[in-house]
Amino acid sequence: MSMATITITRDTSDTVNTADVRRARRKQNLTGWLFISPIVVGVVAFQFFPILVSIVASLTDWNGISPPKFVGLKNFSEMFTDDPLFLQTFKNTVYFTLASIPLTIGIGLVLALLCARPIRGVAFFRTAYFAPYVTNVVAIGFVWFWFFQPDNGVINGLLSQLGITGPQWLSSSSWAMPAVIMVSVWQGIGYPMIILLAGLQGLPNEFFESAKIDGAGAWQRLRFITLPLLTPHFLFLLITQFISSFQVFGLIYVMTKGGPGHATSVYIYNIYQNAFSYGKVGYASAMAWILFVVIAAVTFLQWKLQKRWVFYS
Amino acid sequence: MRIVGKTSQYVVMTLFAVAFLAPLVWMISASLRPEAKVLSSPPKFLPTDTQWSNYGEVFDLIPVFLWNSVKLAAFNVVGILIVASMAGYAFARLRFAGRDIAFMVLLATSIIPGIAYLIPQYIVFQHIGWVDTQYPLWVPKVLTPVFATFLMRQSFLTIPNELEDAGKIDGASTFGIYWRIMLPQTKPALAAIGVFTFLESWNDLFGPLIYITSENLQTLPVALAQFQGEYFTKISLLMAGATISVVPVIAVFLFAQRYFIQGITMTGMKG
Repeated sequence: MSMATITITRDTSDTVNTADVRRARRKQNLTGWLFISPIVVGVVAFQFFPILVSIVASLTDWNGISPPKFVGLKNFSEMFTDDPLFLQTFKNTVYFTLASIPLTIGIGLVLALLCARPIRGVAFFRTAYFAPYVTNVVAIGFVWFWFFQPDNGVINGLLSQLGITGPQWLSSSSWAMPAVIMVSVWQGIGYPMIILLAGLQGLPNEFFESAKIDGAGAWQRLRFITLPLLTPHFLFLLITQFISSFQVFGLIYVMTKGGPGHATSVYIYNIYQNAFSYGKVGYASAMAWILFVVIAAVTFLQWKLQKRWVFYS
Repeated sequence: MRIVGKTSQYVVMTLFAVAFLAPLVWMISASLRPEAKVLSSPPKFLPTDTQWSNYGEVFDLIPVFLWNSVKLAAFNVVGILIVASMAGYAFARLRFAGRDIAFMVLLATSIIPGIAYLIPQYIVFQHIGWVDTQYPLWVPKVLTPVFATFLMRQSFLTIPNELEDAGKIDGASTFGIYWRIMLPQTKPALAAIGVFTFLESWNDLFGPLIYITSENLQTLPVALAQFQGEYFTKISLLMAGATISVVPVIAVFLFAQRYFIQGITMTGMKG
């Protein structure tokens, strides 16, 4: 098509015609850019520009209002050498992430396997498992806050029915984090369940048929066919769950405010406090960049390591 | 997956369902109890001593918060659908200089996590006087729907050329073709994005928390968290407020579950 047009314009060598083509092309370009102009303006104004501000801010001592004072890399060195809270919140975040990811994906897999079988009422169960995922974190945090009350809360009430004296939960520095992790897993399972369910429903049937003929039991089929075929989904879940777990904030804010002490203070909560409670905007920006580097590095590593365990049929 | 028999499968699935639903059921029944009976020993999950007056009290407090949540969700949904579908249409069906580079740059921004924008955005909004207004809760979101644009582009790419050509022959403008011919073909993608955007806007905690200080501008979930000692002084009231904040979401979810799950798998299966 385009070849033909070019030949025609050349043959007639009509200047009016080439001007027409040029005008038409200019109009095409203008229309295209008009269609994408809202998002282009938005990305430049609300992403590119703030990122520049953030890079500069991370090199300053700044409260966000009075003129910033350039301090070079001092914010970054301070984090690692002179800020015990930075290291503690980092450790807490790693604890939270390492505990919640395997639980969320593991239980999500069990639920997906249960829901993959076409039985009556499966839609109800799927909806039930998924309901906490769409519920707002304030409502969830409140309910569980009262559940975990040591004296008259629901959890310890149930435990005492079994003759067990429950721990102090959110007011105990060793039990607060497990409690928050439990709630986070409870809320988050719906997502991996849906992803794995979609994966299970997309698996080719032939593998299972021939395995059955070869006499493979249900457990063997799960271990040697289903799970390997799902590894791309596991990789996707590992990457996305890491990114979201490492940035946990809502449940912590509603349930513990980082306490008791700093037992459940996580990385984002620390950034939030530095930026919005203590007015240390420069320092908080530097912390945000460290977080970005950590997330990018771990994601890159997971991507590189996939060759060792992810199976692409 | 015939590891377990049907009966035992039902037993296991029911146990899980109880574990997932019990806290939500407790929330509702606590919202209907007299305050003194909210925390009982042994714990009760089903409503007892039902009294509706808690809702009467809560409805005196929350209409403004509820309205803010509804309004912001509507702005976000409508705005994102328009901006993302226009951009998605251009990237999928129009030819113009710089299109592919612009698309690549746009996609590349999605690897930078939200937290990197958060503080500088706050500073910028502080300087232009947007702190303690509702603009930061929808303007930046409506104008940066990178992922929704990606999904819309995918959706527009699947539409056959004939429809578009027919429109061109009839002399429709580019905008007319987009709006009247092409957009109606992408309803499933629009629905999925709409449901996601609604949930995200409704459940947002961080944004309203840092930007809103005036009570009458706050959204419902965040108002519950911020004013719990001030207005929502009783657990039963908090639970009534929490229930009201959850109902619209559950309703939308039940109504549009198909699109919601479609949306999740669309996002997941590309990798």
